[in-house]
Amino acid sequence: MKDKRSSLLVGAFMLFGIAAFVYLAMQVSGLAFDDKSDGYTITARFDDIGGLTDRAKVTIAGVTVGQVDSIEYDQEYYMAKVDMTIYADVDNIPTDSSIAILTSGLIGEKYLGISIGAEEEVLQEGDEIFDTQSALVLENLIGQFLFSQGEE
Amino acid sequence: MTLINYIVTSLLGFIKGLGNSGIFLFQSLFRLPVRPKEAMRLYVRQVYSVGVMSLIIIVVSGAFIGMVLALQGFSILTSYGSETAVGQLLALTLLRELAPVVTGLLFAGRAGSALTAEIGLMKTTEQLSSYEMMGIDPLRRVIAPRLLAGITCMPILSIIFAAVGIWAGMLVSVEWLGVYSGSFWGSMQQAVQFDRDVINGLIKALVFAVAVVWIAVYQGYECQPTSEGIGRATTRTVVLSSLAILALDFLLTAAMFGDF
Repeated sequence: MKDKRSSLLVGAFMLFGIAAFVYLAMQVSGLAFDDKSDGYTITARFDDIGGLTDRAKVTIAGVTVGQVDSIEYDQEYYMAKVDMTIYADVDNIPTDSSIAILTSGLIGEKYLGISIGAEEEVLQEGDEIFDTQSALVLENLIGQFLFSQGEE
Repeated sequence: MTLINYIVTSLLGFIKGLGNSGIFLFQSLFRLPVRPKEAMRLYVRQVYSVGVMSLIIIVVSGAFIGMVLALQGFSILTSYGSETAVGQLLALTLLRELAPVVTGLLFAGRAGSALTAEIGLMKTTEQLSSYEMMGIDPLRRVIAPRLLAGITCMPILSIIFAAVGIWAGMLVSVEWLGVYSGSFWGSMQQAVQFDRDVINGLIKALVFAVAVVWIAVYQGYECQPTSEGIGRATTRTVVLSSLAILALDFLLTAAMFGDF
């Protein structure tokens, strides 16, 4: 009788462990299995990505509409090439929209913000946003400030 | 002269102890009880006493550590205006360091000491030698189920610790301090990588489990068969396994997260 009860508790213990593992996988590390399927990929080239990383969010009006898939160096253009996935239901971004690398808070992470353009045509799978604005690098900013002070 | 003599003898004694315990671990791991049904029964009983009985202390301390982390993290991050990063802080500290290490320390205190005392008492009351006299290998019957149960239970406990800690930290920061729950989970999910953080934490817990259970069982098996000897062996189990956990943690962290 006692053996049966302890077996039951051991089984419950193991189940609890598995449930905790699934929780860590799904909720905490955001491992979703249908992540790739719904969405389309677009590209943008930046002069300087600052500290942008993979899986950074892509926003329109501050709302997350996608995430960065990969960042690589484009040898042909001497620029950084950023591939990002936009959610499938956000399917009306004009082709002349511009994209900028922004920072959330003072020490927060870098993310991408899309500013909507006026064109009738919308971005499709594999399209590129040409109007890009690089990350604000503090050293460049200070350099520009000193330069403009010197001119006066 | 006597100093050199002393150093050499204690060094040799240390190496001998290490060799003995290595042979001991090897022998007990590869000598499971013969009949699978019997082995299963012994194993389940040990999982009950080592794992299930440690569950309450793990859940309670996990909850409190998660809550404290959220509170401290919030009070610092809010002065930079980035209190949503509290989710990231909570998940990374718990998954990478606190869950395996604190679970290991608690496990050494709760289960390791009990294992040493139990096996030490078996030795003192000559139960181990009577097993041998009956032709039953005590390594197979007594030691092996305890080793395996400890090694399998500690990673499970560590996962539970992390999950409960994150959940409790979420309660404090989202429900109580009013962090926006979308950004809380968002910053967490963006920072946590499943293979780098969850799996590496699990590997840490597994390594600590082997260290703790090995030390505990060996100390019990090799203790002096007196009541004083059991006490000393129990103390040594807790001290040695705590030190082993902290040292191993540094080595594992350097190996896992050291390359920038």
